Amino acid sequence: MGNILEVRDLQISFDTYAGRVRAIRGVGFDLRQGETLAIVGESGSGKSVTSRAIMRLLANNANIDGGHIYFKGDDLLAKSERQMQGVRGKEISMIFQDPMTSLDPTMNIGNQVEESYRKHFRSGKGEASARALELLELVGIPDAKRRMKQYPHQFSGGQRQRIVIANALICDPDILIADEPTTALDVTIQAQILDLMKDIQKKVSTSIIFITHDLGVVANVADRVAVMYAGKIVEIGLTDEIFYDPRHPYTWGLLCSMPTLAASGDRLYSIPGSPPNMLTPPTGDAFHPRNPYALAIDAQEEPPVFRISDTHQVSSWLLDPRAGKVEPPGEIRRRQEWFAAHRAAG
Amino acid sequence: MMKGLGGYLLKRVFYMLATLWLIITITFFLMKLLPASPFTNLDKLSKTQVEILYSQYGLDKPVAVQYLIYMRGFAKGDFGVSFQFKNQPVADLLSERVGPSLQLGLQAILFGTLVGIVLGALAAMWQNTWVDALATIVAILGRSIPNFIFAVILQYVFGLRLGILPIAMWKDFSYTILPTLALSMSPMADAARFIRTEMVEVNNSDYIELARAKGMNRFEIALRHGLRNSLIPLITLLGPMAVGLMTGSLVIENIFAVPGIGEQFVKSITTSDYPTIMAVTVLYSAMLVVVILVVDLLYGIVDPRIRVAGEGDK
Repeated sequence: MGNILEVRDLQISFDTYAGRVRAIRGVGFDLRQGETLAIVGESGSGKSVTSRAIMRLLANNANIDGGHIYFKGDDLLAKSERQMQGVRGKEISMIFQDPMTSLDPTMNIGNQVEESYRKHFRSGKGEASARALELLELVGIPDAKRRMKQYPHQFSGGQRQRIVIANALICDPDILIADEPTTALDVTIQAQILDLMKDIQKKVSTSIIFITHDLGVVANVADRVAVMYAGKIVEIGLTDEIFYDPRHPYTWGLLCSMPTLAASGDRLYSIPGSPPNMLTPPTGDAFHPRNPYALAIDAQEEPPVFRISDTHQVSSWLLDPRAGKVEPPGEIRRRQEWFAAHRAAG
Repeated sequence: MMKGLGGYLLKRVFYMLATLWLIITITFFLMKLLPASPFTNLDKLSKTQVEILYSQYGLDKPVAVQYLIYMRGFAKGDFGVSFQFKNQPVADLLSERVGPSLQLGLQAILFGTLVGIVLGALAAMWQNTWVDALATIVAILGRSIPNFIFAVILQYVFGLRLGILPIAMWKDFSYTILPTLALSMSPMADAARFIRTEMVEVNNSDYIELARAKGMNRFEIALRHGLRNSLIPLITLLGPMAVGLMTGSLVIENIFAVPGIGEQFVKSITTSDYPTIMAVTVLYSAMLVVVILVVDLLYGIVDPRIRVAGEGDK
């Protein structure tokens, strides 16, 4: 499978009254044709900023200090605003966190869904309407033909997110960026929306970048996972590799703080401390102040990227041959053992 | 659906009539409390002459009876005869004069709010740039300079200096341009300020972000999503503004020698021309309640969320 998107050494900072905040510090990843890549991290880790940079929809005070975002070979960062308008919605589209506020309350949903199709394909009303109806049926709006004339307030939260998804898919984009698309929904609706996204991906073979802070969601939808911390990708790998053979102590922390049935009754683990202030990011490995396994060098120098396999890369000094052997927490060991046995069994 | 709207309208019309009746009654009795008399030179007349005058106009009866007589005439559409202009029915007197006032008011509110909306929208689209600064300055000037100052400046520039528009009087459309401009300054300023604030807020909303993510440009976003959502609160402002313009143009009417109703109103009060006072009051209040109804109906057109219950949920 080829890469549809290649992000290389992306650097983004924000000018604030307090000073320059370095939100993204050298992010790089590939997105393959038809896959779902999840980007996981705490608030402020830079996952949303990364996605907005791909759309070139950053706030006015954002600076792109370096890097490239190659989409089908062209650098999106070199495109003009006008050229980007031709990309947005047509080739790369996006859905947002809160379906309750993502739709214009004064426009009926048929018109909203058609909007980008009419714009990008300069089509007439009839053709766009037919296409919108098709999409609304695809995302599972019952009685779609009649309901196209209705307004957002006449739909439930889950239905609105379906409509937002229809909005994003109407031009059959190559990439769909979903920025926490289920966070604002309640759990049963979350599951429906996730199923819908998987289902749709099978039908239209769009590549998806799925931004979330919820690892439980990731396990369900992603082919690969990138874990972000303090504006960097600290670990990236296949979903199985991240869930069953994680190597970065931050990933360990994230996985241990996920409630599981096996660990029910125990006190839920939480990573000590809080995310760093990106105005003055910690030296060396940004995670070291919160890392129970931190080495002396973590405070001094940024770790290089270690390749565990062709698909699995980790940026942590723990993987340096000179670092002593470190035992991961029990929960992680159990996962690794189960996975090894599972793999041996084929 | 139609039943919902029809019933709603019926209810509203009933409330409008009740409001009007209250206003008429209160005005009638307040007016009678005024110490002045409609007749000048009373001291030069004999007592019998005065009594004849009073009985001729029905002013010798108790106030309550006068009120009943007035209401009976009112119900038949008879507003009485002006005291000031002998033998002129008030209805005729006003119908001649209501036209120019109404036309001026409507023209001013249309022109003013349209220009104001454009100005405010441009300011919001280029927030914190020179466009924004310019629009703000125009709005502040329009708001803080009284309209009669504008009137004089307009007369000087367009009438006297350039000589392209008539300075005063009321003949054809060209005569309405300068007074309309003068009157439209404050609605323009209000609308510009208001739309800018609203649209800046709307521009930060998620659905505008989504519109950007669809690849729409600044203008498409402003026209399709920004304006409509910013207009909703403006409509609230529009009602009182329209009434203010249609009724409060007395000074402008005077400066441009427009035969409007504002001048008539003031004259009727200073001369205690009871039937005219009543008629003008009724006219103004009727305009007000109608405008308020129109504003409420406009809401429903612009904002689907506040359509009358039942509509759309077929």
